[in-house]
Amino acid sequence: MNLLFIIMAPLFGALLPLVLKQAPRSVKTLVTLLITIASILTVLQYAPQTLAGEIPKQLVEWLPGLGLDFAVRLDGLSLLFVGLILGIGVLIIIYAHYYLSEADDDARFYGCLLLFMASMLGIVMADNILLMWAFWELTSISSFLLIGYWFHSSDARRGARMALATTGAGGLALLAGLLIIGNIAGSYQFDQVLAAADQIKAHAYYTPALILVLLGAFTKSAQFPFQFWLPHAMAAPTPVSAYLHSATMVKAGIFLLARFHPVMAGTELWFTIVTVVGLITMLIGAYFALLKHDLKGLLAFSTVSHLGLICMMLGIGTQGAVVTAMFHIINHACFKAGLFMTAGIIDHESGTRDMRKLQGLMGLMPLTATLAMVVAASMAGIPPFNGFMSKELFLDQAVQQHLFGGLSWFVPILATVGAALSVAYSIRFIHDVFFNGDYKELPKKPHDPPRMMSAPVALLAGLCVIIGLAPMATVSGIINQAASAVTAIPVEVKLSLWHGFNVPLLMSLVAVVGGIVIYSARDQLFTFNRQFDGQDAKHNFERIVQRINDACARFFDWLDTGSLQRYMAFVLISVIVILLPTLMEISAVTGSNPQLPIDMVSMVGALVLIAAAFGTATLHRNRFVMLMMLSVVGLMVSLSFAHFSAPDLAMTQLVVEVVSIVLMILALFFMPQKTARASSGHRVFRDIIIASFIGGIVATLNFAILTSPLESISDFFIANAKTGGGGTNVVNVILVDFRGFDTLGEITVLAIAAAGIHKLLNKLKPFMPSSDVDGRPWHRIKHPLMLTNVANLILPMAMMVAVYIFLRGHNLPGGGFIAGLIAASAMILQYIANGVDWVKDRFNVNYQSLMSIGVMIAALTGVGSWIFSKPFLTSWFTYLNWPVVGKWEFATALLFDLGVFLTVIGATMMILSNFGKMTTRHRPTYEGN
Amino acid sequence: METLYSVTVGILTACSVFLILRGRSFPVVVGITMLSYAVNLFLFSTGRLTIDGAPILGTQESYADPLPQALVLTAIVIGFAMTAYSIILAVRARGEIGTDEVNDQNNSTEGKR
Repeated sequence: MNLLFIIMAPLFGALLPLVLKQAPRSVKTLVTLLITIASILTVLQYAPQTLAGEIPKQLVEWLPGLGLDFAVRLDGLSLLFVGLILGIGVLIIIYAHYYLSEADDDARFYGCLLLFMASMLGIVMADNILLMWAFWELTSISSFLLIGYWFHSSDARRGARMALATTGAGGLALLAGLLIIGNIAGSYQFDQVLAAADQIKAHAYYTPALILVLLGAFTKSAQFPFQFWLPHAMAAPTPVSAYLHSATMVKAGIFLLARFHPVMAGTELWFTIVTVVGLITMLIGAYFALLKHDLKGLLAFSTVSHLGLICMMLGIGTQGAVVTAMFHIINHACFKAGLFMTAGIIDHESGTRDMRKLQGLMGLMPLTATLAMVVAASMAGIPPFNGFMSKELFLDQAVQQHLFGGLSWFVPILATVGAALSVAYSIRFIHDVFFNGDYKELPKKPHDPPRMMSAPVALLAGLCVIIGLAPMATVSGIINQAASAVTAIPVEVKLSLWHGFNVPLLMSLVAVVGGIVIYSARDQLFTFNRQFDGQDAKHNFERIVQRINDACARFFDWLDTGSLQRYMAFVLISVIVILLPTLMEISAVTGSNPQLPIDMVSMVGALVLIAAAFGTATLHRNRFVMLMMLSVVGLMVSLSFAHFSAPDLAMTQLVVEVVSIVLMILALFFMPQKTARASSGHRVFRDIIIASFIGGIVATLNFAILTSPLESISDFFIANAKTGGGGTNVVNVILVDFRGFDTLGEITVLAIAAAGIHKLLNKLKPFMPSSDVDGRPWHRIKHPLMLTNVANLILPMAMMVAVYIFLRGHNLPGGGFIAGLIAASAMILQYIANGVDWVKDRFNVNYQSLMSIGVMIAALTGVGSWIFSKPFLTSWFTYLNWPVVGKWEFATALLFDLGVFLTVIGATMMILSNFGKMTTRHRPTYEGN
Repeated sequence: METLYSVTVGILTACSVFLILRGRSFPVVVGITMLSYAVNLFLFSTGRLTIDGAPILGTQESYADPLPQALVLTAIVIGFAMTAYSIILAVRARGEIGTDEVNDQNNSTEGKR
């Protein structure tokens, strides 16, 4: 067992409920429960150490280059949150078992719940701030899945989307903040960050870093002005709300404030922002909580309000305030989870959560009512429950602070108002639902739920009482450690229910009385508030989203016109714009290499090439002529390879040229033979300018490269080709041996392209002209005698040449690529001369299989070297003494080259023969679709 | 010689770019093919120009750089695959929509979403 197990158990355990999809729900609940309990047991192993003031840590290297390690710690603050996450988690799992209906997908629910639990644990235990951020984002995603659990409801989808958008955006801000902090501290490990606290606070980037981190915290914890998403997240199933919005998700923001308190707090900026935001949030939340008619809506806003209270305490940041914050985190989790579950029970049993419909349920569900009263009293801050104590401490802090100089007296008054509102909505929760007259007709006649469904609530209510009566025995230890972690100095708390007659008690009394008064005047409040009805956060949010969408749509309409010409022009102009300034900075492009003299052959060749290139471009409207010009270009390219000492390239280019021109002529059969004049003079002029610039840039770059000295790694290849690869043709040895893996990839690409073409041609009904553009019908003789005879003569010779070229390739110019292309072009000549059907009758090879066999041979040759425990594609060669032939070299590279050879034939023939078949009247039907 | 070579490559590139900017599929495909020739020549020349230096061991005093040659050899074959794919895409498009225009003719904001 180790620390990581606490996170890993639910993280990987999340898959278990999904695997057990078919099992009955009780099995899934049990499994989920066991996973959680396994985590809890691990925590209990380490808890004594933490409570004794040590910090258990564990580090597993993950991406050390990025400063991101899988480092976890379990200090007091972590332990406090881990306890809440796992403890409340167990209760939620039990509760959900009864809450979810038969139709709900419980596997998905438990899976998402465990994932969420794991990511929360990750946040609070992370010892590396980047790791913490990763888990932070994971909570955003998993909570999105949980809030949108009932995805058939548009409210759920909308609520989930809003939560994700808000917390996700905050998460990005947080990342930016953390990167700044990590940069200043020089590490992302929390200890180093903590050690650099003074440095961070003094740094020029402190303000932006703080604001970014606070944005993350405030969005997550629904602090003003981001409080709007939380009430809409109430579309989630109640167990989710109870979990996410009492103990976990929204507390993550609070955790972040607490975690970074020792690093970033203590400055004027922190005090002001955090305290004021907390105070405002507390008041706004409490006010809106009172106005909501929906039980969960009330609880949601009350959560906002209580989070504001905690946030304000962390803003004040004195030792007492931090203790108050920690204490209230525990208390709030207890009573709020209980209240949410109660709301869920009421909804589950009666079919509604609307307080205007519910009343007088006391007689029908007495147990639920009793438990509800306990937890609600704790929320209102009535003694002897735990909520009373933390509220007393809070009021005490409000009195003691002097943050706003002469106006500091505002704070205790506003705190009392907040407390009074809290009392008012607590009363409303209880009085409206359980009393307020007799039971009225509801969708379902409510009664107390199954015992196990109330058990979690009972447990939480019990906790409220026990913590309230014996705080020192129950929570003081953990609060000590947590507060020490937050303030970075050891803390010893004294908690007791009774503090004597003092100012906070007086304020509490005022609050209770005020709460009762506010509650009795609630109808006036509702009326008053009706004038603001149009101001719904959801509508505002959606209007903003809609506006962003519209702007994007307009931008895309402008950008994405569906015109390839336009896109190409964009791309090419960007190339020019990006390259030109850089090129202009270079003072001289001519390097130190001496230039070769120009010989006559090169001169003529270059002029022909240039003329043909211009011809291709200018005569493009007559497509056949253009193709002829293109073939001249290809031929000249091939000759220039030959001239500049690249015989292999020359041969390859020559054969490829033949094959591609044949293919294009074939394609031209299905296309218009001529292009109408479409481009305006203006457009042509623009294109010429673009083309000239690009051409000029390429020429300049090429010249610069050619004249600069060469430092090549090729000496290695030249030195080792014979000794290591067993061949004298270095180019071929590179292809099949040194860089064999590249070649394997390339023939695979070729095969994929051929397969793609095969599919493209499937069920194609091409436009079939019966005559050429001038109206002349095709010649009635389809297969001219001369061509047929010559082709028949050439085929065996070409095959022989192919085999020869293939075999000699390792030592002299040649090899699989070239041989394959030669064989393929001889075959194509057969097709041209005799027609598809004629060839098919005589030579019926499935080119698809041929191609696949080729790739497989090449791959298996590579795998073969594993048998001799050598790395993939290690080659081996020997010399055999063959009769007649004499001494002859055999290399495994030859086998690899055979794969290349077959793939090239297969792919080329597949492309051309399939396409050729289109021209025959009896088109074969394709298998498959 | 180097000047002549780079000027030729530049002109070849310019002509291909001009073709790629045309409005019909066939010239565009031819432009792409010709551009791949230009690119191959360019890449080949990163090994510098050598006359009578074919990298066949035992035949020469000094050899041309074999590495760019090997890379360009596969590039030629892959270039063929790409040409084939794009030309057949063009034929298919012509068969499906009856025109070889590369611009979306009935482009409207409703149609796209």
